[in-house]
Amino acid sequence: MTALLAPGKTRPSSKQALGVSFSGLGRSFGPSGARRVVLRDVTVDVRPGEILAILGTSGCGKSTLLRAAAGLDVPDAGEVLIDGTPVDGIDERCAVAFQEPRLLPWHTLQANVAIGLPRSAGAAAGKAKVRELLELVGLDRFAKHRPREVSGGMAQRTSLARALARNPGVLLLDEPFGALDALTRIKMQDLLLEIHGAQPTTVLLVTHDVDEALQLADRVLVLGRTDDDAEGSTVAELVTVPGSRPRNRNSAELGRLRSSLLSLLGVTGH
Amino acid sequence: MSGQVPTGRAIPLSKEGSEVSGVPLTTGAAAARRLRAAERRRGAGRRIGALLLGLIVPALLLLGWYLSTASGFFRPSQLPSPAAVYTAAVDLVERGLLTDHILISTQRVLLGFLCGAALGVVAGALLGLSRIADVLLTPMIGALRAVPSLAWVPLLLLWIGINEDSKVTLITIGAFFPVFTTLYLALRHVDRNLVEAARAFGLNGVRLLLTVQLPAVVPALFSGLRLALAQAWLFLVAAELLAASMGLGYLLTESQQNGRVDRIILTIILLAVLGKSTDALLGLAERWAVRRWA
Repeated sequence: MTALLAPGKTRPSSKQALGVSFSGLGRSFGPSGARRVVLRDVTVDVRPGEILAILGTSGCGKSTLLRAAAGLDVPDAGEVLIDGTPVDGIDERCAVAFQEPRLLPWHTLQANVAIGLPRSAGAAAGKAKVRELLELVGLDRFAKHRPREVSGGMAQRTSLARALARNPGVLLLDEPFGALDALTRIKMQDLLLEIHGAQPTTVLLVTHDVDEALQLADRVLVLGRTDDDAEGSTVAELVTVPGSRPRNRNSAELGRLRSSLLSLLGVTGH
Repeated sequence: MSGQVPTGRAIPLSKEGSEVSGVPLTTGAAAARRLRAAERRRGAGRRIGALLLGLIVPALLLLGWYLSTASGFFRPSQLPSPAAVYTAAVDLVERGLLTDHILISTQRVLLGFLCGAALGVVAGALLGLSRIADVLLTPMIGALRAVPSLAWVPLLLLWIGINEDSKVTLITIGAFFPVFTTLYLALRHVDRNLVEAARAFGLNGVRLLLTVQLPAVVPALFSGLRLALAQAWLFLVAAELLAASMGLGYLLTESQQNGRVDRIILTIILLAVLGKSTDALLGLAERWAVRRWA
Protein backbone atom coordinates (compact mmCIF):
# COMPACT_ATOMS: atom_id res chain seq x y z
CA MET A 1 0.00 0.00 0.00
CA THR A 2 2.90 2.31 0.71
CA ALA A 3 4.24 1.61 -2.75
CA LEU A 4 0.94 2.70 -4.25
CA LEU A 5 1.31 6.07 -2.68
CA ALA A 6 5.01 6.47 -3.23
CA PRO A 7 5.61 10.20 -3.29
CA GLY A 8 5.63 11.72 -6.71
CA LYS A 9 4.43 8.69 -8.57
CA THR A 10 1.98 10.64 -10.66
CA ARG A 11 2.75 14.27 -9.93
CA PRO A 12 6.08 14.95 -8.28
CA SER A 13 5.69 18.68 -7.67
CA SER A 14 2.99 19.08 -5.04
CA LYS A 15 3.48 15.93 -3.07
CA GLN A 16 4.70 17.43 0.15
CA ALA A 17 2.47 18.48 2.99
CA LEU A 18 1.85 22.21 3.31
CA GLY A 19 1.47 24.35 6.40
CA VAL A 20 -1.73 26.33 6.97
CA SER A 21 -1.96 29.60 8.91
CA PHE A 22 -5.18 31.23 9.97
CA SER A 23 -4.47 34.76 11.04
CA GLY A 24 -7.08 36.95 12.65
CA LEU A 25 -9.84 35.18 10.78
CA GLY A 26 -13.35 36.56 11.27
CA ARG A 27 -16.65 35.82 9.60
CA SER A 28 -20.22 36.88 10.22
CA PHE A 29 -23.42 35.99 8.42
CA GLY A 30 -26.82 37.51 7.91
CA PRO A 31 -28.22 40.76 6.55
CA SER A 32 -26.58 43.99 7.62
CA GLY A 33 -28.16 45.18 10.82
CA ALA A 34 -28.79 41.64 12.02
CA ARG A 35 -25.36 40.17 11.41
CA ARG A 36 -24.34 37.27 13.56
CA VAL A 37 -20.65 36.89 14.23
CA VAL A 38 -19.64 33.26 13.85
CA LEU A 39 -15.87 33.42 13.96
CA ARG A 40 -13.65 36.14 15.36
CA ASP A 41 -9.93 36.50 15.50
CA VAL A 42 -9.03 32.87 14.87
CA THR A 43 -5.27 32.60 14.73
CA VAL A 44 -3.63 29.22 14.54
CA ASP A 45 -0.70 27.67 12.71
CA VAL A 46 -1.07 24.16 11.39
CA ARG A 47 2.25 22.44 10.82
CA PRO A 48 2.95 20.64 7.55
CA GLY A 49 2.00 16.97 7.83
CA GLU A 50 0.06 17.44 11.03
CA ILE A 51 -3.43 16.15 11.70
CA LEU A 52 -5.38 18.89 13.41
CA ALA A 53 -8.83 18.08 14.73
CA ILE A 54 -11.22 21.00 14.98
CA LEU A 55 -13.78 20.47 17.73
CA GLY A 56 -16.71 22.61 18.64
CA THR A 57 -20.39 22.63 19.36
CA SER A 58 -22.90 22.68 16.57
CA GLY A 59 -22.93 26.00 14.72
CA CYS A 60 -19.70 27.26 16.24
CA GLY A 61 -18.09 27.86 12.86
CA LYS A 62 -16.00 24.70 12.44
CA SER A 63 -17.11 24.22 8.87
CA THR A 64 -16.76 27.92 8.13
CA LEU A 65 -13.13 27.75 9.16
CA LEU A 66 -12.57 24.80 6.85
CA ARG A 67 -14.42 26.44 3.99
CA ALA A 68 -12.20 29.49 4.33
CA ALA A 69 -9.14 27.28 3.91
CA ALA A 70 -10.71 25.62 0.87
CA GLY A 71 -11.47 28.99 -0.71
CA LEU A 72 -15.18 28.14 -0.73
CA ASP A 73 -15.92 31.02 1.61
CA VAL A 74 -14.38 34.46 1.90
CA PRO A 75 -13.73 35.66 5.46
CA ASP A 76 -14.68 39.19 6.53
CA ALA A 77 -11.46 39.69 8.42
CA GLY A 78 -8.01 38.16 8.44
CA GLU A 79 -6.72 35.60 6.00
CA VAL A 80 -5.69 32.03 5.48
CA LEU A 81 -2.19 31.29 4.26
CA ILE A 82 -1.26 27.98 2.76
CA ASP A 83 2.45 27.44 2.56
CA GLY A 84 2.88 31.17 3.06
CA THR A 85 0.64 32.36 0.24
CA PRO A 86 -2.89 33.64 0.90
CA VAL A 87 -5.92 31.63 -0.19
CA ASP A 88 -7.80 33.53 -2.86
CA GLY A 89 -10.64 31.50 -4.32
CA ILE A 90 -10.70 27.75 -4.85
CA ASP A 91 -7.23 26.47 -4.09
CA GLU A 92 -5.59 23.71 -6.11
CA ARG A 93 -3.46 22.77 -3.13
CA CYS A 94 -6.45 21.75 -1.03
CA ALA A 95 -8.94 18.94 -1.38
CA VAL A 96 -12.18 18.64 0.54
CA ALA A 97 -14.28 15.71 1.67
CA PHE A 98 -17.69 16.70 2.98
CA GLN A 99 -20.00 15.13 5.52
CA GLU A 100 -22.12 13.80 2.67
CA PRO A 101 -20.29 12.01 -0.15
CA ARG A 102 -21.60 14.51 -2.73
CA LEU A 103 -20.91 12.18 -5.63
CA LEU A 104 -22.40 12.79 -9.07
CA PRO A 105 -25.15 10.16 -9.29
CA TRP A 106 -24.86 9.78 -13.06
CA HIS A 107 -21.18 8.92 -12.92
CA THR A 108 -19.52 5.68 -11.93
CA LEU A 109 -17.40 5.67 -8.78
CA GLN A 110 -14.38 5.69 -11.06
CA ALA A 111 -15.52 8.79 -12.91
CA ASN A 112 -16.37 10.46 -9.61
CA VAL A 113 -12.86 9.91 -8.30
CA ALA A 114 -11.50 11.28 -11.56
CA ILE A 115 -13.27 14.60 -10.87
CA GLY A 116 -10.67 15.13 -8.15
CA LEU A 117 -7.69 14.79 -10.47
CA PRO A 118 -5.74 17.99 -10.91
CA ARG A 119 -6.12 19.51 -14.37
CA SER A 120 -2.48 19.00 -15.10
CA ALA A 121 -2.81 15.22 -14.78
CA GLY A 122 -2.50 13.48 -18.13
CA ALA A 123 -5.20 11.04 -19.24
CA ALA A 124 -3.15 7.88 -18.77
CA ALA A 125 -1.58 8.96 -15.49
CA GLY A 126 -4.98 10.08 -14.25
CA LYS A 127 -6.53 6.73 -15.07
CA ALA A 128 -3.76 4.91 -13.25
CA LYS A 129 -4.11 7.20 -10.26
CA VAL A 130 -7.86 6.61 -10.06
CA ARG A 131 -7.30 2.85 -10.17
CA GLU A 132 -4.68 3.08 -7.41
CA LEU A 133 -6.95 5.13 -5.20
CA LEU A 134 -9.96 2.88 -5.66
CA GLU A 135 -7.74 -0.03 -4.73
CA LEU A 136 -6.49 1.91 -1.71
CA VAL A 137 -10.01 2.49 -0.39
CA GLY A 138 -10.97 -1.09 -1.24
CA LEU A 139 -13.38 -0.26 -4.04
CA ASP A 140 -11.53 -1.45 -7.13
CA ARG A 141 -14.22 -4.05 -7.78
CA PHE A 142 -16.89 -1.35 -7.67
CA ALA A 143 -15.20 1.06 -10.06
CA LYS A 144 -18.03 0.75 -12.59
CA HIS A 145 -20.86 1.02 -10.07
CA ARG A 146 -23.01 4.09 -9.63
CA PRO A 147 -23.11 5.83 -6.24
CA ARG A 148 -26.66 4.69 -5.47
CA GLU A 149 -25.62 1.08 -6.02
CA VAL A 150 -23.18 1.14 -3.10
CA SER A 151 -23.51 1.69 0.64
CA GLY A 152 -23.07 4.99 2.43
CA GLY A 153 -19.67 3.95 3.73
CA MET A 154 -18.51 3.01 0.26
CA ALA A 155 -19.75 6.31 -1.12
CA GLN A 156 -17.85 8.13 1.61
CA ARG A 157 -14.69 6.18 0.77
CA THR A 158 -15.15 7.22 -2.85
CA SER A 159 -15.41 10.81 -1.69
CA LEU A 160 -12.15 10.39 0.22
CA ALA A 161 -10.49 8.87 -2.85
CA ARG A 162 -11.71 11.82 -4.92
CA ALA A 163 -10.07 14.21 -2.48
CA LEU A 164 -6.84 12.21 -2.53
CA ALA A 165 -6.83 12.21 -6.33
CA ARG A 166 -5.98 15.87 -6.09
CA ASN A 167 -2.62 15.07 -4.47
CA PRO A 168 -3.50 17.69 -1.90
CA GLY A 169 -0.94 19.51 0.17
CA VAL A 170 -3.80 20.05 2.64
CA LEU A 171 -6.64 17.62 3.09
CA LEU A 172 -9.79 19.25 4.49
CA LEU A 173 -12.27 16.86 6.04
CA ASP A 174 -15.62 18.28 7.13
CA GLU A 175 -17.08 15.68 9.50
CA PRO A 176 -16.44 13.04 6.88
CA PHE A 177 -17.42 10.15 9.13
CA GLY A 178 -20.26 11.89 10.96
CA ALA A 179 -23.06 10.24 9.01
CA LEU A 180 -21.63 6.72 9.13
CA ASP A 181 -22.58 3.94 11.50
CA ALA A 182 -20.23 3.33 14.41
CA LEU A 183 -18.41 0.32 12.94
CA THR A 184 -17.91 1.83 9.51
CA ARG A 185 -16.67 4.99 11.19
CA ILE A 186 -13.92 3.15 13.06
CA LYS A 187 -12.83 1.44 9.87
CA MET A 188 -12.79 4.76 8.02
CA GLN A 189 -10.70 6.33 10.78
CA ASP A 190 -8.18 3.52 10.45
CA LEU A 191 -8.17 3.99 6.69
CA LEU A 192 -7.47 7.70 7.14
CA LEU A 193 -4.51 6.97 9.41
CA GLU A 194 -3.24 4.40 6.96
CA ILE A 195 -3.42 6.91 4.13
CA HIS A 196 -1.81 9.60 6.24
CA GLY A 197 0.99 7.20 7.19
CA ALA A 198 1.73 6.49 3.56
CA GLN A 199 1.27 10.02 2.28
CA PRO A 200 1.76 12.46 5.14
CA THR A 201 -0.32 15.36 3.97
CA THR A 202 -1.61 18.05 6.32
CA VAL A 203 -5.09 17.16 7.51
CA LEU A 204 -7.70 19.49 8.98
CA LEU A 205 -10.46 17.36 10.39
CA VAL A 206 -13.66 18.97 11.56
CA THR A 207 -15.52 16.75 13.99
CA HIS A 208 -17.91 16.91 16.90
CA ASP A 209 -16.67 13.59 18.20
CA VAL A 210 -14.10 14.02 20.98
CA ASP A 211 -13.00 10.40 20.77
CA GLU A 212 -12.43 10.68 17.06
CA ALA A 213 -10.30 13.76 17.63
CA LEU A 214 -8.26 12.03 20.32
CA GLN A 215 -7.77 8.96 18.18
CA LEU A 216 -6.71 10.68 14.98
CA ALA A 217 -5.21 14.05 15.72
CA ASP A 218 -1.77 15.31 16.67
CA ARG A 219 -3.39 18.41 18.09
CA VAL A 220 -6.96 19.36 18.90
CA LEU A 221 -8.31 22.85 18.34
CA VAL A 222 -11.45 23.67 20.29
CA LEU A 223 -13.54 26.49 18.86
CA GLY A 224 -15.81 28.25 21.31
CA ARG A 225 -16.57 31.45 23.14
CA THR A 226 -13.90 32.64 25.49
CA ASP A 227 -15.91 35.14 27.49
CA ASP A 228 -19.60 35.86 27.39
CA ASP A 229 -19.33 39.43 26.17
CA ALA A 230 -17.85 38.83 22.77
CA GLU A 231 -19.98 37.26 20.08
CA GLY A 232 -18.61 34.45 17.93
CA SER A 233 -16.20 31.59 18.41
CA THR A 234 -12.47 31.78 18.57
CA VAL A 235 -9.65 29.47 19.67
CA ALA A 236 -10.80 28.27 23.08
CA GLU A 237 -8.10 25.66 23.45
CA LEU A 238 -5.31 24.13 21.42
CA VAL A 239 -3.93 20.95 22.95
CA THR A 240 -1.40 18.41 21.84
CA VAL A 241 -2.70 14.87 22.13
CA PRO A 242 -0.14 12.78 24.02
CA GLY A 243 1.25 9.52 22.69
CA SER A 244 1.58 8.25 19.16
CA ARG A 245 -1.04 6.55 17.06
CA PRO A 246 -2.68 4.10 17.33
CA ARG A 247 -3.59 5.29 20.77
CA ASN A 248 -5.06 3.17 23.50
CA ARG A 249 -8.64 4.30 23.73
CA ASN A 250 -8.73 3.42 27.41
CA SER A 251 -5.62 5.18 28.70
CA ALA A 252 -6.12 7.29 31.82
CA GLU A 253 -4.28 10.24 30.28
CA LEU A 254 -6.62 10.31 27.29
CA GLY A 255 -9.54 9.90 29.67
CA ARG A 256 -8.55 13.06 31.53
CA LEU A 257 -8.06 14.95 28.26
CA ARG A 258 -11.43 13.72 27.04
CA SER A 259 -13.13 15.01 30.18
CA SER A 260 -11.50 18.40 29.92
CA LEU A 261 -12.36 18.70 26.20
CA LEU A 262 -15.94 17.68 26.89
CA SER A 263 -16.25 20.26 29.63
CA LEU A 264 -14.93 22.89 27.20
CA LEU A 265 -17.75 21.84 24.90
CA GLY A 266 -20.23 22.32 27.70
CA VAL A 267 -20.65 18.66 28.67
CA THR A 268 -19.81 18.06 32.32
CA GLY A 269 -19.97 15.09 34.63
CA HIS A 270 -18.43 12.59 32.20
CA MET B 1 -13.94 5.31 33.45
CA SER B 2 -17.61 4.64 34.04
CA GLY B 3 -19.85 6.67 31.79
CA GLN B 4 -16.89 8.25 30.08
CA VAL B 5 -17.86 7.29 26.59
CA PRO B 6 -19.83 10.11 25.03
CA THR B 7 -20.52 8.56 21.68
CA GLY B 8 -21.92 5.31 20.47
CA ARG B 9 -18.63 3.87 19.40
CA ALA B 10 -16.91 2.15 22.23
CA ILE B 11 -15.93 -1.26 20.97
CA PRO B 12 -12.33 -1.28 19.82
CA LEU B 13 -12.51 -3.73 16.95
CA SER B 14 -9.56 -5.43 15.43
CA LYS B 15 -8.50 -3.52 12.38
CA GLU B 16 -7.02 -5.59 9.67
CA GLY B 17 -7.14 -5.69 5.94
CA SER B 18 -8.81 -3.17 3.74
CA GLU B 19 -12.36 -4.46 4.15
CA VAL B 20 -13.48 -1.12 5.32
CA SER B 21 -17.17 -1.18 4.70
CA GLY B 22 -19.85 -3.05 6.51
CA VAL B 23 -21.09 -4.41 3.19
CA PRO B 24 -20.01 -7.74 1.80
CA LEU B 25 -17.59 -7.09 -1.01
CA THR B 26 -18.55 -10.15 -2.99
CA THR B 27 -21.04 -8.70 -5.47
CA GLY B 28 -19.00 -7.90 -8.51
CA ALA B 29 -19.74 -5.61 -11.40
CA ALA B 30 -20.83 -8.61 -13.47
CA ALA B 31 -23.47 -9.57 -10.94
CA ALA B 32 -24.74 -6.01 -10.88
CA ARG B 33 -24.96 -6.03 -14.65
CA ARG B 34 -26.89 -9.31 -14.62
CA LEU B 35 -29.27 -7.89 -12.05
CA ARG B 36 -29.85 -4.79 -14.12
CA ALA B 37 -30.44 -6.85 -17.28
CA ALA B 38 -33.00 -9.02 -15.45
CA GLU B 39 -34.73 -5.91 -14.17
CA ARG B 40 -34.89 -4.52 -17.66
CA ARG B 41 -36.41 -7.77 -19.02
CA ARG B 42 -39.05 -7.75 -16.31
CA GLY B 43 -39.67 -4.07 -17.05
CA ALA B 44 -40.11 -4.79 -20.76
CA GLY B 45 -42.63 -7.55 -20.01
CA ARG B 46 -44.61 -5.24 -17.78
CA ARG B 47 -44.58 -2.52 -20.40
CA ILE B 48 -45.97 -4.80 -23.11
CA GLY B 49 -48.69 -5.93 -20.71
CA ALA B 50 -49.55 -2.33 -19.89
CA LEU B 51 -49.64 -1.50 -23.60
CA LEU B 52 -52.15 -4.28 -24.28
CA LEU B 53 -54.32 -3.21 -21.35
CA GLY B 54 -54.19 0.37 -22.60
CA LEU B 55 -55.70 -0.77 -25.93
CA ILE B 56 -58.86 -2.09 -24.29
CA VAL B 57 -60.62 1.26 -23.94
CA PRO B 58 -59.88 2.45 -27.51
CA ALA B 59 -61.14 -0.92 -28.80
CA LEU B 60 -64.36 -0.56 -26.80
CA LEU B 61 -64.76 2.97 -28.10
CA LEU B 62 -64.38 1.72 -31.67
CA LEU B 63 -66.98 -0.95 -31.01
CA GLY B 64 -69.39 1.60 -29.53
CA TRP B 65 -68.80 3.86 -32.52
CA TYR B 66 -69.53 1.00 -34.92
CA LEU B 67 -72.68 -0.09 -33.07
CA SER B 68 -74.08 3.43 -32.72
CA THR B 69 -73.72 4.11 -36.44
CA ALA B 70 -74.81 0.64 -37.62
CA SER B 71 -77.95 0.79 -35.48
CA GLY B 72 -78.87 4.15 -37.00
CA PHE B 73 -78.60 5.98 -33.67
CA PHE B 74 -76.52 8.64 -35.49
CA ARG B 75 -77.18 9.74 -39.03
CA PRO B 76 -74.14 9.46 -41.33
CA SER B 77 -74.09 13.25 -41.67
CA GLN B 78 -73.67 13.50 -37.89
CA LEU B 79 -71.30 10.63 -37.32
CA PRO B 80 -70.14 8.48 -40.23
CA SER B 81 -69.38 4.82 -39.57
CA PRO B 82 -65.82 3.56 -39.04
CA ALA B 83 -65.99 1.97 -42.45
CA ALA B 84 -66.92 5.30 -44.05
CA VAL B 85 -63.99 7.00 -42.37
CA TYR B 86 -61.73 4.21 -43.58
CA THR B 87 -63.07 4.63 -47.11
CA ALA B 88 -62.42 8.36 -46.89
CA ALA B 89 -58.84 7.60 -45.88
CA VAL B 90 -58.36 5.16 -48.77
CA ASP B 91 -59.86 7.69 -51.15
CA LEU B 92 -57.48 10.43 -50.01
CA VAL B 93 -54.51 8.10 -50.17
CA GLU B 94 -55.42 7.00 -53.70
CA ARG B 95 -55.56 10.61 -54.77
CA GLY B 96 -52.13 11.07 -53.26
CA LEU B 97 -53.33 13.79 -50.90
CA LEU B 98 -53.27 12.23 -47.45
CA THR B 99 -49.57 11.44 -47.39
CA ASP B 100 -48.76 14.99 -48.45
CA HIS B 101 -50.97 16.47 -45.75
CA ILE B 102 -49.37 14.25 -43.11
CA LEU B 103 -45.82 14.84 -44.31
CA ILE B 104 -46.09 18.61 -44.51
CA SER B 105 -47.70 18.81 -41.06
CA THR B 106 -45.09 16.51 -39.53
CA GLN B 107 -42.33 18.52 -41.13
CA ARG B 108 -43.72 21.77 -39.72
CA VAL B 109 -44.07 20.26 -36.26
CA LEU B 110 -40.57 18.84 -36.24
CA LEU B 111 -38.94 22.01 -37.56
CA GLY B 112 -40.82 24.23 -35.14
CA PHE B 113 -40.21 21.85 -32.27
CA LEU B 114 -36.47 21.67 -32.97
CA CYS B 115 -36.11 25.45 -33.28
CA GLY B 116 -38.25 26.12 -30.22
CA ALA B 117 -36.51 23.48 -28.12
CA ALA B 118 -33.05 24.72 -29.12
CA LEU B 119 -33.96 28.32 -28.28
CA GLY B 120 -35.59 27.15 -25.06
CA VAL B 121 -32.45 25.30 -24.02
CA VAL B 122 -30.25 28.30 -24.73
CA ALA B 123 -32.53 30.78 -22.96
CA GLY B 124 -33.23 28.42 -20.06
CA ALA B 125 -29.53 27.75 -19.53
CA LEU B 126 -28.66 31.44 -19.76
CA LEU B 127 -31.34 32.63 -17.36
CA GLY B 128 -31.02 29.64 -15.07
CA LEU B 129 -27.30 30.13 -14.60
CA SER B 130 -26.64 33.84 -14.91
CA ARG B 131 -27.96 36.11 -12.21
CA ILE B 132 -27.70 39.18 -14.44
CA ALA B 133 -29.49 37.60 -17.39
CA ASP B 134 -32.13 36.37 -14.98
CA VAL B 135 -32.81 39.80 -13.53
CA LEU B 136 -32.75 41.47 -16.95
CA LEU B 137 -34.80 39.03 -18.98
CA THR B 138 -37.11 37.01 -16.77
CA PRO B 139 -39.86 39.67 -16.47
CA MET B 140 -39.83 40.14 -20.25
CA ILE B 141 -40.08 36.44 -20.98
CA GLY B 142 -42.80 36.06 -18.37
CA ALA B 143 -44.79 38.79 -20.11
CA LEU B 144 -44.29 37.20 -23.53
CA ARG B 145 -45.43 33.87 -22.16
CA ALA B 146 -48.62 35.50 -20.93
CA VAL B 147 -49.57 36.45 -24.51
CA PRO B 148 -52.14 33.92 -25.77
CA SER B 149 -50.58 32.00 -28.62
CA LEU B 150 -53.13 32.94 -31.24
CA ALA B 151 -52.48 36.63 -30.63
CA TRP B 152 -49.24 36.18 -32.54
CA VAL B 153 -50.94 34.95 -35.68
CA PRO B 154 -51.98 38.29 -37.24
CA LEU B 155 -48.58 39.75 -36.59
CA LEU B 156 -46.73 36.74 -38.00
CA LEU B 157 -48.94 36.74 -41.10
CA LEU B 158 -48.25 40.42 -41.70
CA TRP B 159 -44.56 40.24 -41.03
CA ILE B 160 -43.68 36.91 -42.53
CA GLY B 161 -46.63 36.24 -44.82
CA ILE B 162 -48.73 33.16 -45.45
CA ASN B 163 -45.95 30.66 -45.97
CA GLU B 164 -43.99 27.94 -44.25
CA ASP B 165 -41.91 30.36 -42.19
CA SER B 166 -44.84 31.92 -40.40
CA LYS B 167 -46.24 28.51 -39.46
CA VAL B 168 -42.90 27.18 -38.27
CA THR B 169 -42.37 30.39 -36.31
CA LEU B 170 -45.70 30.02 -34.53
CA ILE B 171 -44.87 26.41 -33.64
CA THR B 172 -41.43 27.54 -32.48
CA ILE B 173 -43.08 29.99 -30.10
CA GLY B 174 -45.28 27.20 -28.81
CA ALA B 175 -42.41 24.78 -28.29
CA PHE B 176 -40.09 27.37 -26.77
CA PHE B 177 -41.87 28.07 -23.50
CA PRO B 178 -42.23 24.58 -22.00
CA VAL B 179 -38.55 23.84 -22.62
CA PHE B 180 -37.45 27.23 -21.36
CA THR B 181 -39.57 27.10 -18.21
CA THR B 182 -38.68 23.57 -17.12
CA LEU B 183 -34.97 23.99 -17.82
CA TYR B 184 -34.82 27.39 -16.14
CA LEU B 185 -36.52 26.15 -12.98
CA ALA B 186 -34.54 22.90 -12.88
CA LEU B 187 -31.21 24.71 -13.21
CA ARG B 188 -32.12 26.97 -10.31
CA HIS B 189 -32.74 23.90 -8.18
CA VAL B 190 -29.66 21.83 -8.93
CA ASP B 191 -28.35 20.43 -5.65
CA ARG B 192 -26.15 23.22 -4.27
CA ASN B 193 -24.01 20.70 -2.42
CA LEU B 194 -23.07 18.94 -5.64
CA VAL B 195 -22.23 22.20 -7.34
CA GLU B 196 -20.14 23.30 -4.38
CA ALA B 197 -18.26 20.00 -4.28
CA ALA B 198 -17.51 20.27 -7.98
CA ARG B 199 -16.37 23.86 -7.56
CA ALA B 200 -14.11 22.78 -4.72
CA PHE B 201 -12.41 20.47 -7.20
CA GLY B 202 -11.75 23.34 -9.55
CA LEU B 203 -14.67 22.98 -11.95
CA ASN B 204 -16.23 26.21 -13.17
CA GLY B 205 -17.87 27.82 -16.17
CA VAL B 206 -18.54 25.52 -19.09
CA ARG B 207 -16.92 22.51 -17.43
CA LEU B 208 -19.15 22.90 -14.38
CA LEU B 209 -22.17 23.26 -16.66
CA LEU B 210 -21.34 20.15 -18.67
CA THR B 211 -20.21 18.03 -15.73
CA VAL B 212 -22.80 18.86 -13.09
CA GLN B 213 -25.55 21.26 -14.01
CA LEU B 214 -26.73 19.91 -17.37
CA PRO B 215 -26.64 16.23 -16.38
CA ALA B 216 -28.56 17.10 -13.23
CA VAL B 217 -31.41 18.62 -15.24
CA VAL B 218 -31.65 16.00 -17.99
CA PRO B 219 -34.83 14.40 -16.59
CA ALA B 220 -36.49 17.80 -16.22
CA LEU B 221 -35.34 18.77 -19.70
CA PHE B 222 -37.05 15.74 -21.17
CA SER B 223 -40.35 16.44 -19.49
CA GLY B 224 -40.07 19.95 -20.90
CA LEU B 225 -39.40 18.54 -24.36
CA ARG B 226 -42.46 16.29 -24.18
CA LEU B 227 -44.66 19.20 -23.17
CA ALA B 228 -43.12 21.21 -26.00
CA LEU B 229 -43.91 18.51 -28.54
CA ALA B 230 -47.54 18.45 -27.45
CA GLN B 231 -47.62 22.24 -27.74
CA ALA B 232 -46.05 21.99 -31.20
CA TRP B 233 -48.94 19.86 -32.48
CA LEU B 234 -51.42 22.24 -30.87
CA PHE B 235 -49.84 25.24 -32.56
CA LEU B 236 -49.58 23.38 -35.83
CA VAL B 237 -53.35 22.97 -36.03
CA ALA B 238 -53.81 26.60 -35.03
CA ALA B 239 -51.45 27.74 -37.77
CA GLU B 240 -52.98 25.50 -40.42
CA LEU B 241 -56.56 26.29 -39.51
CA LEU B 242 -55.94 29.98 -40.05
CA ALA B 243 -53.83 30.12 -43.15
CA ALA B 244 -52.71 27.10 -45.11
CA SER B 245 -53.31 25.24 -48.33
CA MET B 246 -51.81 21.98 -47.11
CA GLY B 247 -51.57 19.98 -43.95
CA LEU B 248 -53.91 18.35 -41.46
CA GLY B 249 -55.27 21.64 -40.12
CA TYR B 250 -56.10 22.70 -43.66
CA LEU B 251 -57.79 19.34 -44.23
CA LEU B 252 -59.96 20.10 -41.19
CA THR B 253 -61.10 23.53 -42.47
CA GLU B 254 -61.62 22.28 -45.97
CA SER B 255 -63.66 19.30 -44.78
CA GLN B 256 -65.74 21.54 -42.57
CA GLN B 257 -66.56 23.78 -45.54
CA ASN B 258 -67.51 20.75 -47.65
CA GLY B 259 -69.41 19.06 -44.85
CA ARG B 260 -67.11 16.00 -44.91
CA VAL B 261 -67.53 14.78 -41.33
CA ASP B 262 -65.76 11.53 -42.28
CA ARG B 263 -62.61 13.45 -43.21
CA ILE B 264 -62.81 15.56 -40.06
CA ILE B 265 -62.94 12.45 -37.92
CA LEU B 266 -60.16 10.89 -39.96
CA THR B 267 -57.98 13.97 -39.36
CA ILE B 268 -58.69 13.98 -35.65
CA ILE B 269 -57.72 10.30 -35.44
CA LEU B 270 -54.57 10.99 -37.45
CA LEU B 271 -53.61 13.87 -35.15
CA ALA B 272 -54.12 11.64 -32.13
CA VAL B 273 -52.01 8.85 -33.60
CA LEU B 274 -49.25 11.17 -34.80
CA GLY B 275 -49.12 13.09 -31.53
CA LYS B 276 -49.07 9.92 -29.48
CA SER B 277 -46.41 8.28 -31.67
CA THR B 278 -44.02 11.21 -31.61
CA ASP B 279 -44.53 11.50 -27.85
CA ALA B 280 -43.83 7.80 -27.45
CA LEU B 281 -40.57 8.15 -29.40
CA LEU B 282 -39.53 11.02 -27.18
CA GLY B 283 -40.60 8.95 -24.19
CA LEU B 284 -38.20 6.20 -25.24
CA ALA B 285 -35.39 8.74 -25.45
CA GLU B 286 -36.42 10.06 -22.05
CA ARG B 287 -36.31 6.63 -20.48
CA TRP B 288 -32.83 6.10 -21.85
CA ALA B 289 -31.69 9.51 -20.65
CA VAL B 290 -33.11 9.11 -17.17
CA ARG B 291 -31.41 5.75 -16.85
CA ARG B 292 -28.18 7.30 -18.02
CA TRP B 293 -28.25 10.55 -16.08
CA ALA B 294 -30.43 10.19 -13.01
